[in-house]
Amino acid sequence: MMSRPLQEGVSRYLVDRARWHPLEIAFWVVALASVFLLSGKHLILTEIVVLALFALSLDLILGYSGIISLGHAAYFGFAGYVAGRLAKHNIITEPVLALIVSGLAAALLGFVTSFLVLRGSDLTRLMVTLGVSLVLREIANQIDWLTGGADGLQGIVMAPVLGLFPFDLAGHVAYVYSLCVLFIMVLLARRIVNSPFGLSLRSVKDNPVRASALGIPVNGRLVAMYTVAAGYAGIAGALLTQTTQFVSLDVLSLERSADVLLALVIGGTGYLYGGIIGAILFKLMQDYLANLTPQYWQFWIGLVLVIIVLVGRERLTNWTTPVRAFLARLGPRAAHPVETAPASTIDER
Amino acid sequence: MAPVLETIGLVKRFGGITAASDVSLQIEKGARHALIGPNGAGKTTVVNLLTGMLRPSEGQILLDGHDITNSEPHMRVRRGIARTFQINQLFAELTPIEAIGLAVSERMGMGRQWWRLVGRRPEVVEDIIGIIEQFQLADVMYDRTAILPYGKQRLLEIALAIACRPRVLLLDEPAAGVPEAERHEILTTVASLPKDVTVLLIEHDMDLVFSFADRISVLVNGALFADGTPDAVARDARVKAVYLGETFDA
Repeated sequence: MMSRPLQEGVSRYLVDRARWHPLEIAFWVVALASVFLLSGKHLILTEIVVLALFALSLDLILGYSGIISLGHAAYFGFAGYVAGRLAKHNIITEPVLALIVSGLAAALLGFVTSFLVLRGSDLTRLMVTLGVSLVLREIANQIDWLTGGADGLQGIVMAPVLGLFPFDLAGHVAYVYSLCVLFIMVLLARRIVNSPFGLSLRSVKDNPVRASALGIPVNGRLVAMYTVAAGYAGIAGALLTQTTQFVSLDVLSLERSADVLLALVIGGTGYLYGGIIGAILFKLMQDYLANLTPQYWQFWIGLVLVIIVLVGRERLTNWTTPVRAFLARLGPRAAHPVETAPASTIDER
Repeated sequence: MAPVLETIGLVKRFGGITAASDVSLQIEKGARHALIGPNGAGKTTVVNLLTGMLRPSEGQILLDGHDITNSEPHMRVRRGIARTFQINQLFAELTPIEAIGLAVSERMGMGRQWWRLVGRRPEVVEDIIGIIEQFQLADVMYDRTAILPYGKQRLLEIALAIACRPRVLLLDEPAAGVPEAERHEILTTVASLPKDVTVLLIEHDMDLVFSFADRISVLVNGALFADGTPDAVARDARVKAVYLGETFDA
C-alpha cells in the first residue's frame, strides 16, 4: 500500500533538486546582458569565463567527489597546447571542433593519470596531482620544438567560429563564443551532478565504505568523474589558447592550479556556480588590486584567503553555506516540497 | 539443503594477532542464523571477510557454490550480499530519500547513468517509498542524515541494506546503542524480513538472539566454538562456561 501524497512528495523532491532556480536564470540573463552592456570589457570577461569553466571542472572533483588537486592545470595546459598545435598546423581549423578534440585529449590524459591520483589519502593526492602537473610542465619546457618552450607557441591564427564568426581584436566574438561554451558546459554539469551517477559520487565523497557496501564501484566512479573533470579543464585551457591565440608554459604552472583552487574556494564548492562566482570575484579583485598596487596585489589576495578560512573555520569549502541557505529561502525550493507546491506541477518535467 | 553462503577454513591475521582462525560456517538458504561470542571474538571480522572489506589470509568463501573469496565488495553486493554496520556508516550530507534512492538506483543498474535525473523512473520512486514506509522514515525523509535522531539513523542504516534487496543479509548488532524504547521498532523490522532472505545476525542481546535465530554459531577467540540449534547451544555446557556464563551469571 502506497500513500499518494508520499509518492508525490518523493518524486517532486527528487525532480525539484534539478529544477532551475530563479537566481540561476537571473545569472544567465545578466551574463547575456553583459554582451551588450559591457562591450568595452570583453577581454577581461573572456578571461573570467575561462577561469570560471576551469573552476567548474575543479568543482566536479573537489565539490562533488571529494578529490583535492593541486595540479589541475595539467589538463588545462595540455589541452591548451593541443588546441595551439591543431590551429597552427591547420589540422583542425574550425574552433568548436578543435575545442572538442582538445577537451577529449585532456580527458584521455585525465583517465590515464587518474589511476595514480586516486591512490591514497588527501595529502597523497595533493602531492601526486602537483607532481603530475610539474612533470608535464617540465616536459613541455624540454620539447620546445613542439611547444615553443619558454617563448610559448606563437603564430596561432584562428579560423572563424563555425566558419561564420571571425575573431576580432576587441574580443567580442571571443567573449560570446566563450560564454556559449560555458553555458553548454554548465548545462551538461547540471545533468551530471543530478543523475544517479552524480549522486553516487556525492555518496562516495561522503562515505566511501558505505558506498561500496551498497554495490557502488568506488574507484571506477572516481576514475570516471576525474576523466570528465579533466575534459572540462581541457576545454577551458583550449578556450584560453583560442581566444588569446597564444599559449605558453604558464598554462601548466603551479600558480595556475593554485589560482583555480583559490577561485573555487572563494565561490564555494558543491553547487556548480561557486567556480563561476569565485572566478568573477577573483579576477575583479586581481584587476582592481593590481591597478592599486601593482607589486603587492597578491598580498591582498592572500589576506582575503585568510579571512575566508577564518570565517569558514574548518568548513573551508562550505563557507558560503549560510549565504546560500538564505538565498534558497528566497527561492521556491524553500517551501516544503510536500505541503506547498500544487499537485499539478509534479509531472511537468 | 546446500548452504547459500559458506566459508571454508577462513583465517585472518593482523600482524601477530589471529582475528579469525579456521572458521568454517555454513549458512542455509532462508536461515535466521545468529553469530554470537564475547567481545573481541572476531564476529565483525567475519562479517568484514564475508563482505570483502577484508581479505582472508587463508581459506575460501563460497556464495551459492561460487568462489567469491577475491571478489570486490561492490561485486558481492551485486551478487546479493548486503550488510549493516555496528557503528552507523551513513551519508551525513544526503537525505534519507537520496540515500535510499542511491541504493535503489545502483541495484537497478542505473548507477552509471549520467543523463537522467535520479527520480525520473517510477519504479525507483516506488521502491524508495516502499522502504521509507517500511522503516517509518517518512517524517524525516527530507532532512540531512546528520541531523536525524539516533534511532532514525539506526533504522536508515538497516533500510539502506534492505534497499539492496539482498538474498543474504548480514546484520552487525542492529540494535546497538538504541534505547530500550526504540529497540522494538528495529526488532520488528528485522523480524518481518521476507522468509526467503537469509539473515546472519550478530548480537549481544541473548533474548533477541534466542527469539530470532533458528541456528546459532558461537565464536570464541576467532575460532568456531559451537554450532547448532538454539536449544543445543543453550544446553552446551562449554558455551555456558565461556560465554553465557559471563553474561547471565555475572
